[in-house]
Amino acid sequence: MTQAVEAAASRAVPSGAAVRLDGVSKAFGSLPALDDVSLRVEPGEFVCLLGASGCGKSTLLNLVAALDRPSAGTIDTAGRRVALMFQEPALFPWLTVTANIELALKTRGVPRAERRARSAELLASVHLAGFEKKRPHQLSGGMRQRVALARALALTIDTEGTGTLLLMDEPFGALDAMTRDLLHDELERIWRERNLSVLFVTHNVREAVRLGDRVVLLSSRPGRVVEEFPVPMDRPRRIDSTEVAALAATITDRLREEVGRHGA
Amino acid sequence: MALDTEAANADGTAARPEPNGSAPTKPDGAPRPGLNGSGRPELSRQISGLDALELGGTAGRNPLARAWSAVWPMASAVLIALLAWQIVVWSGWKPSYVLPGPADTLPVLGDQLGKGSFWGAVGLTMQRAVVGFAVSVVVGTVVGALVTQSSVLRRAVGSLITGLQTMPSIAWFPLAILLFQLSEQAILFVVVLGAAPSIANGLIAGVDYTPPILLRAGKVMGLRGLNLYRHLILPASLPSFVAGLKQGWAFAWRSLMAGELLVVISSHTSLGVLLSQAREFSQTDAMISYMIVILVIGIVMDRLFGLVDGAIRTRWGLDGD
Repeated sequence: MTQAVEAAASRAVPSGAAVRLDGVSKAFGSLPALDDVSLRVEPGEFVCLLGASGCGKSTLLNLVAALDRPSAGTIDTAGRRVALMFQEPALFPWLTVTANIELALKTRGVPRAERRARSAELLASVHLAGFEKKRPHQLSGGMRQRVALARALALTIDTEGTGTLLLMDEPFGALDAMTRDLLHDELERIWRERNLSVLFVTHNVREAVRLGDRVVLLSSRPGRVVEEFPVPMDRPRRIDSTEVAALAATITDRLREEVGRHGA
Repeated sequence: MALDTEAANADGTAARPEPNGSAPTKPDGAPRPGLNGSGRPELSRQISGLDALELGGTAGRNPLARAWSAVWPMASAVLIALLAWQIVVWSGWKPSYVLPGPADTLPVLGDQLGKGSFWGAVGLTMQRAVVGFAVSVVVGTVVGALVTQSSVLRRAVGSLITGLQTMPSIAWFPLAILLFQLSEQAILFVVVLGAAPSIANGLIAGVDYTPPILLRAGKVMGLRGLNLYRHLILPASLPSFVAGLKQGWAFAWRSLMAGELLVVISSHTSLGVLLSQAREFSQTDAMISYMIVILVIGIVMDRLFGLVDGAIRTRWGLDGD
């Protein structure tokens, strides 16, 4: 309800949001992927973006990360540096774990002398101290994804005082449930300790409720914001708690309704 | 805060609120700061426990056993080849002055290995091979790099490079001899034409097949222009480039042998010259000796490239071990 006021105000002064999307559309040729998506993530907020296949989740993250341009609308990250973590670890196989992270630090302008200490600190925070000299293929899937998290965190180090934004594209989608559960705890802790702003894309409803301050539901083909669900639960949460399950059930019903519109 | 801490303490195994009603009095509302994970050593223990389970243990193999497993198939293959050769000789298909057996040939080979003139010929041949290969690497890399940079250039010369690669290098010699007469340049020209296309193609394939996900990761990191090449595209294309080098070497070696048989330069005694002289004097035993030397050099060089290739694959975890 205050959105119009805020929007008007923020045209004059820089937006306070970590990222703000206004009427963003994206079409590939004649195929619309996103249609009039408006969304904001406040600094320090954890927002989960939830949708079935074809909701343009990855397209949206690519737009926010400036890997692609919207067909219409504006995306304002207020000059923040953006980090993006994928479903695949996407680590450079020819580099050691430390070197992978140090390369990310280097691209963020961290001086050489600081890089070793910074990367050691990041690896310790994802519980990978002692694996510095390993290469990605020598680690398990969950460990690789934690290295990828550490690398993304390296990109959220705010060297310019502009603030940062962490985008996550189904980062735990390829992991087994046990590992995923532990990484949820891990991510929640790191998010709090580092006061990160996170936009987290998933198709797993429980995961969205487990992690998000808010869950934003997108429709499919094209992606539109259908509904937003605040998640008023204490942290740390358990993915198998009854509260998480109850809200997840509500959201799942709404999601199925959306998916059903595409049926025969 | 107090409620949260109680819940955490009540649940001894994990510092989380009870899910089903035993701690129902928490107010719905803003997330509470303060309870962060630094106070949760059990999470750290669980994670390292899972890591240990997932990595498991790998049993290393005895290096002696490894060496033996590499040597015995090769040794057997050599023995089988010698035996087959001997059987053909025993069959009496050709008189022994036309086709001598291993027992007649191997001592001649041993003789040759003790001669300075023989090693001089090997030296000249190797020098030509190394120079030709080095020039091919430069030419192939430059051409490959240019082609990856321009889509017009790629359409123009992309298939031409592959065409050159399939063209038998011996077909170039008439032109090479017209252009450069019977000279070192004629040989070099053909060796480079033989090897450079493979090297260029290796580089082009490597750049083309840089995994898109790594390119995305690199762009998110802000790698652009020269840095993108230095930190991502060049290292990513290394295995393919090495494969191109290996193939390029094989073509260079073949072209060189053809060249040394065709382009005989007086007073320049090479392996190819020794080979054709042996044929002219009907010294089949010497001829077969030189052929064995040419074969062995080819195998040794291939092994060297194989070692580099294997080292890269191990480093990258591509060898499935």
